[in-house]
Amino acid sequence: MGLKALDYETLNENVKKVQYAVRGELYLRASELQKEGKKIIFTNVGNPHALGQKPLTFPRQVVALCQAPFLLDDPNVGLLFPADALARAKHYLSLTSGGLGAYSDSRGIPGVRKEVAEFIERRDGYPSNPELIFLTDGASKGVMQILNCIIRGQGDGILVPVPQYPLYSATISLLGGSLVPYYLEETANWGLDINNLRESVAQARFKGITVRAMVIINPGNPTGQCLSEANLREILNFCYQENLVLLGDEVYQQNIYQDERPFISARKVLMDMGPPISKEVQLVSFHTVSKGYWGECGQRGGYFEMTNLPPQTVDEIYKIASIALSPNVPAQIFMGLMVNPLKPGDISYEQFVRESQGILESLRRRARIMTDGFNSCKNVVCNFTEGAMYSFPQIRLPPKAIEAAKKAGKVPDVFYCLKLLEATGISTVPGSGFGQKDGVFHLRTTILPAEEDMPAIMSSFKKFNDEFMNQYEDNWNHSRM
Amino acid sequence: MAPPVTVNTINPKVIECEYAVRGEIVILAQKLQDEIKIKLEAHPFEEILYCNIGNPQSLGQQPITFFREVLALCDHPPLLDKSETQGLFSKDSIQRARKILDQIPGRATGAYSHSQGIKGLRDTIAAGIEARDGFPADPNDIFLTDGASPAVHMMMQLLIRSEKDGILCPIPQYPLYSASIALHGGTLVPYYLDEATGWGLEVSDLKKQLEAAKSKGIDVRALVVINPGNPTGQVLAEENQKEIVKFCKEEGLVLLADEVYQENVYVRKKKFHSFKKVSRSMGYDEKDIHLVSFQSVSKGYYGECGKRGGYMEITGFGADVREHIYKLASVNLCSNISGQILASLVMSPPKAGDESYESYISERDGILSSLARRAKTLEDAFNKLEGVTCNKAEGAMYLFPRINLPEKAIKAAGEAKTAPDAFYCRRLLTETGIVFVPGSGFRQVPGTWHFRCTILPQEEKIPAVVTRLTDFHKRFMNEFRD
Repeated sequence: MGLKALDYETLNENVKKVQYAVRGELYLRASELQKEGKKIIFTNVGNPHALGQKPLTFPRQVVALCQAPFLLDDPNVGLLFPADALARAKHYLSLTSGGLGAYSDSRGIPGVRKEVAEFIERRDGYPSNPELIFLTDGASKGVMQILNCIIRGQGDGILVPVPQYPLYSATISLLGGSLVPYYLEETANWGLDINNLRESVAQARFKGITVRAMVIINPGNPTGQCLSEANLREILNFCYQENLVLLGDEVYQQNIYQDERPFISARKVLMDMGPPISKEVQLVSFHTVSKGYWGECGQRGGYFEMTNLPPQTVDEIYKIASIALSPNVPAQIFMGLMVNPLKPGDISYEQFVRESQGILESLRRRARIMTDGFNSCKNVVCNFTEGAMYSFPQIRLPPKAIEAAKKAGKVPDVFYCLKLLEATGISTVPGSGFGQKDGVFHLRTTILPAEEDMPAIMSSFKKFNDEFMNQYEDNWNHSRM
Repeated sequence: MAPPVTVNTINPKVIECEYAVRGEIVILAQKLQDEIKIKLEAHPFEEILYCNIGNPQSLGQQPITFFREVLALCDHPPLLDKSETQGLFSKDSIQRARKILDQIPGRATGAYSHSQGIKGLRDTIAAGIEARDGFPADPNDIFLTDGASPAVHMMMQLLIRSEKDGILCPIPQYPLYSASIALHGGTLVPYYLDEATGWGLEVSDLKKQLEAAKSKGIDVRALVVINPGNPTGQVLAEENQKEIVKFCKEEGLVLLADEVYQENVYVRKKKFHSFKKVSRSMGYDEKDIHLVSFQSVSKGYYGECGKRGGYMEITGFGADVREHIYKLASVNLCSNISGQILASLVMSPPKAGDESYESYISERDGILSSLARRAKTLEDAFNKLEGVTCNKAEGAMYLFPRINLPEKAIKAAGEAKTAPDAFYCRRLLTETGIVFVPGSGFRQVPGTWHFRCTILPQEEKIPAVVTRLTDFHKRFMNEFRD
């Protein structure tokens, strides 16, 4: 008998092509070393609670009560839970159709989607329609659903920033589409140049690709830059002229570490631009409970909001959502709590503000510590982390190091990151996992390790890096940009 | 210039796929429900009775207390440090929560876990599988997912390279399979369950369909078996299962065993046997058969649909393939942690001697015996209707009666441009508020008509369902009798 159905040779080729470095080679090696007893600092994924960040108290109290509603009937429940948590739990339970254990509407609980719409309106100053907001098991699932609608085959191209969060490249691969890269400019603080965009689109079209959508990640991952209003206008104009759907990954909108460019949503700018653009450009915006100062990655809670999509398309997207029956209900409650936070006067308000501000201010400090720390290292140049959760320093590898990497059969930044891991236990993701210009190398680390551990981590990194550079340098030559 | 994302320009596979469980009839039901909310007299009934979806807790079924205690404590671990907690939670739920939290790195339930799921929980599940089957299970074979459905999608993604790849599916089937195959661009190869023999599965029919597909140039890659069946409710006999396993081994097919209803068996003479157990008892090991077994927290007696918890256990695959399965799982990072914890609880519930054991057993048996009673009541009611025959629900949560529609009705359906069973279901809905899913949503032998009804409405509502259905059916048959 010949090959069996799940022999390697007969696997779906699209699956084989998929790469997802965030949990790829470096992570697997780090896990091995951890099993052997080595202390590993995992900075490979934006996973705040794994590095000691505590969950916010109030949402956990509310969800615990929703989980065990019999508590609400117990006369002593007030000894364990504040009154506003009890009230909120009752509120969310009343919005469900049978508690946490029932499938909700496939688009998510209507009452929660209404709260999301209200949040968007407060944030942007424009009304939002709950019928166009779908809750999902994490923003990633939403991205996959939307890309699945857009990509018909290899001939369909999606504009993706380079460097990018590899969910996009992996999903496009899986769906059999074409990734059309547009390069962010490292020397201009990872800025976006419209001319680069135009060129990328022209090249793709020349190859016979129909460019259908453009992804922006704002704030950026791994690059952290926050787009300016002018930038967003340029992008929206571009999408209008080129007939592209704009996919706005805005999951880091709470993570802003400078004051010059606060977060502005793509939707707000679109609406500000008025007709005809505001009525024509198709936009899908994504958000999550995994990032921000919430960091509730393990809940898998997210949403997408659709703007200017025709009703029939919305129906088809609804249909696909219904096959998965419904997003998980506890995460929907987390989403409700996130978009509908406590107000001054609420019993738990002060604690909530204290916890949230504490986290955000610390992240801001850590963004600075890391950037400065990397910039103090030999042959390392690092843009400031304006937002999101990552630092993406450029590592200028000497030619001898690149040679050694080749000999070891490794991509140069993988080689560097593996050595870094073995020497210091710091587990990063090589820049090649995100895409970068040819011959330019980076690594991505998160800014999430505890503040008190940061100095030791940065000095451990510096020691390794400077020794590495000294080892491989020859007459001060180093890789050009 | 035309906007890029219209119905004419989106992925045609999206357009092609259908999922009737939440399809047209249900959307209409929601519309009617909204109308009743505004004006009670809007329709000849006061409430919609949703019998379309296996969603027990939406119809009043209570969750298992012990499971929810543990989950609440894991959601908010500071509770474990407070003395008042002892007064509100059972001792063993506190113990179990502590044990689970110790298995989670940093006790961080809000962190992404290992992409296959938390190791300690997989150990528990593997032990539960072993206790159930008497054969060992490897935690590394287990992938925890947001419900069983994403795991099914993953396997379809792996198996389907083009429309030349076929997946054998039972007809009638749970439409996740047809939808998923369509979405991934493959071909559904049907095999017909035999209604006359209680929805039996004949290996000879499997072979016939396989050969027919091959002759059309289809490369058949896997066989889906749903046991207990959905919508058909049959529980396979062990001998039958052995034949199926042997067939898969001989034909080199991956056996995709949907076993989410493993705890829903209502007849004494039948028992659930996992395909893993059956394979191993035949002396088949990893080298002999590719087997993927799916389980979920949504069904059984726990009915925790909204949690989205489940897993697949994959055995018989080479390391290179497993790497790719892991990679696929990693793109989504991990499944929700609360669902993972629940899956481990479902596979290792309280044991005799535990403080919560008595109440757990009482809750469990209460739900299961009630389900069995409701299954019988509805089965009898259907069999009393003119032109309707209904097989016994041996397991799962559904009845799938067959209706012989008069020619007049079939003609009227044609004029209304709907399938005859959808025509019947629509009329049923608009006149009684009862929501069934037309059999065409599950596929059926051409020229036969069915509908699927869940056994889930609360016991006290069942008489109302029966009365309304019976009265409607009389009227309908009178109107359309030939």
